Amino acid sequence: MPESSGESAVEIRKPKRLRVLVAKLGLDGHDRGAKVVARALRDAGFEVVYLGVHQSPEDVVEAAIEEDVGVVGVSILSGSHMELVSDLLKLMREKGLNVPVIVGGIIPPDDAKELKRMGVYEVLGPGTPLKKVIEAYKKALEGVN
Amino acid sequence: MTDLDKLREKIREWSKEVLEPVLKRFPERKAKFLTEEGFEVSRVYTPLDTEGRGWDYLEKLGLPGDYPFTRGVYPTMYRGRPWTIRQYAGFGSAEDTNARYRYLLSIGQTGLSMAFDLPTQLGLDPDHKLAWYEVGKVGVSMPSVKEMELVFEGIPMDKVSTSMTINATAIEVLSMYVAVAESRGISKAVLRGTVQNDILKEYIARNNYIYPPQPSMRYATDLIIYAAKNMPKWNSISISGYHFEEAGATPAMEVAFTLADAIEYVKHVLERGHMDVDKFAKRLSFFFAARTNLFEQIAKFRAARRMWAKIMKERFGAKERRSMMLRFHTQTAGVLLTAQQPLVNLIRTTIQALAAVLGGTQSLHVNSYDEALSLPTEESVKLSVRVQQVLLYESGVTDTVDPLGGSYYVEWLTDQIEEKAWKIIDEIERLGGMVRAIEVGYPQREIARAAYEWQLKVERGEIPVIGVNIFVEQEEPKIRVLKVDPAVRERVVNRLRKLREERDQMKVRDALDRIAKAAEGEENLFPPILEAVKAKATLGEISGVLRDIWGEWRAPEVY
Repeated sequence: MPESSGESAVEIRKPKRLRVLVAKLGLDGHDRGAKVVARALRDAGFEVVYLGVHQSPEDVVEAAIEEDVGVVGVSILSGSHMELVSDLLKLMREKGLNVPVIVGGIIPPDDAKELKRMGVYEVLGPGTPLKKVIEAYKKALEGVN
Repeated sequence: MTDLDKLREKIREWSKEVLEPVLKRFPERKAKFLTEEGFEVSRVYTPLDTEGRGWDYLEKLGLPGDYPFTRGVYPTMYRGRPWTIRQYAGFGSAEDTNARYRYLLSIGQTGLSMAFDLPTQLGLDPDHKLAWYEVGKVGVSMPSVKEMELVFEGIPMDKVSTSMTINATAIEVLSMYVAVAESRGISKAVLRGTVQNDILKEYIARNNYIYPPQPSMRYATDLIIYAAKNMPKWNSISISGYHFEEAGATPAMEVAFTLADAIEYVKHVLERGHMDVDKFAKRLSFFFAARTNLFEQIAKFRAARRMWAKIMKERFGAKERRSMMLRFHTQTAGVLLTAQQPLVNLIRTTIQALAAVLGGTQSLHVNSYDEALSLPTEESVKLSVRVQQVLLYESGVTDTVDPLGGSYYVEWLTDQIEEKAWKIIDEIERLGGMVRAIEVGYPQREIARAAYEWQLKVERGEIPVIGVNIFVEQEEPKIRVLKVDPAVRERVVNRLRKLREERDQMKVRDALDRIAKAAEGEENLFPPILEAVKAKATLGEISGVLRDIWGEWRAPEVY
């Protein structure tokens, strides 16, 4: 693991390759969006580690460290995003995992603002074009704030 | 010269004299017009597309309430009884949900539809580590019979029909409903409603499964067998295509995967229950999505009805009409809601609801315009009920049965969907049936592929979506969203802890042991689970017993 200040999830190191993680965080089973994003990223040349459904913050952090990914993408449509993402970010800081987090799903606008304030790199709601999704992952990997 | 020959000649003449000059001056908007399924749509349909293809009215359509039920399952349809206005609802605590149900009934809803939170659907009590985040978020928390009692406070369970979207823990939750009804002196034999109990589609699309497919099928089958013997007015399963559509399935896939699931359930009940098919088939019900693509959706419902009748009659030898009837609930397609310009969703859902009604649905949920952002508010859900009431009371579309029957276009589309769906069913049969097909990831893969193709078409602008890729507005209107009160969790968990302390522990342990014994042997699981629920065993405890015996399912990740 690289040295990290443990403060922010957006200060990142240069990635060795386009390796990202996509997971369904929490118990929500709606995986259409996550799968479409995983596939689009793969087709755009990313290496995608797709964890699938029912992942706890612990599962996600563990896999992200093990797979040495440059971005963590999580999708939540059950309305439990605030607490889940907050715990995910906290756990990432504890473990010194300093990579950007991208959140997708059904996220009301005010919550999206709050998530970004908490340190989420980008929030991608319903209707986001894949082009924009891919761009967000690329920028996140490059460390563009 | 036959009438069809005359028509052919007339078309030739019309093409030359009427059509061609117009096409020269005003070319059509597109080279090809395609349905969502990908069928190429002709400029105009005529009897050549029905009788011209050797089509026989009696064989293809018949009359409503009679085989093959293409025109509807009842002879009078909405002239006799309107569809049930049934909005899927539930959130927060039992008290919040009770209030929402009373509100819905007060504005003219005619049936209830219970949404449960994810912990309830996955057999976890609300104080479980992973459950904690999700308590009361997408539905009501239902860890014990106590919560069911509170949800139905003041609601007459002997009068209202209740649908429950519950699958992996269907027996536990239905048992809670039965237990509360019996405590009020209402026999389970008079209860009316539906339990979704369709575990196969969870593996394919919805992802709220617990155990592996084989023991899950035994669980689902036990419920169907128990209900057939003890709850004659209860629909023991709602075989669902809705979630396939939501996950990306095309209309033909939605029909085919649903009917292939249904075939699997019938086979399992016949094998395990040693029952005559007519003893349980009349209580199998269905659930589909309604999209905005109006005519193809109507065709989808009609094709599904005709196919099911044929499967029941020819393959399973059903004798009674009711066993052959595909009775279904419809929900408008959630995936077609946009977060952008959300009020436009009201227009979409109205068209979708019209498709369901013209397709002959038995009950209907109309999504609320704000659901791409959050759970619906009272204000938005009222509009969903009003959409249904406008169709029912003002539009006149209910005055005759199957008003589009005989439309050359709709009949052609119905035939196309049917033909394509049979091909998919044949493929599943070739793989060894749906359980096997799921294990090798066939339907999952097909749906993921269709979802991705759809998205690419939206990206390329081939599929226009107002507010998303055309007529985009920079400033989005602010709408009020519903937030679930986090205090709900405290309340639910405290009540659960109190219940765990105060109950007769011996009785609970004995009841759980009986469930384990039944699961390891051949006894039907329903009676011991009902007994455990009455003894105040919790959902997590009951599900935990089965989890220990059957294990948990890890899905093959296909994308």
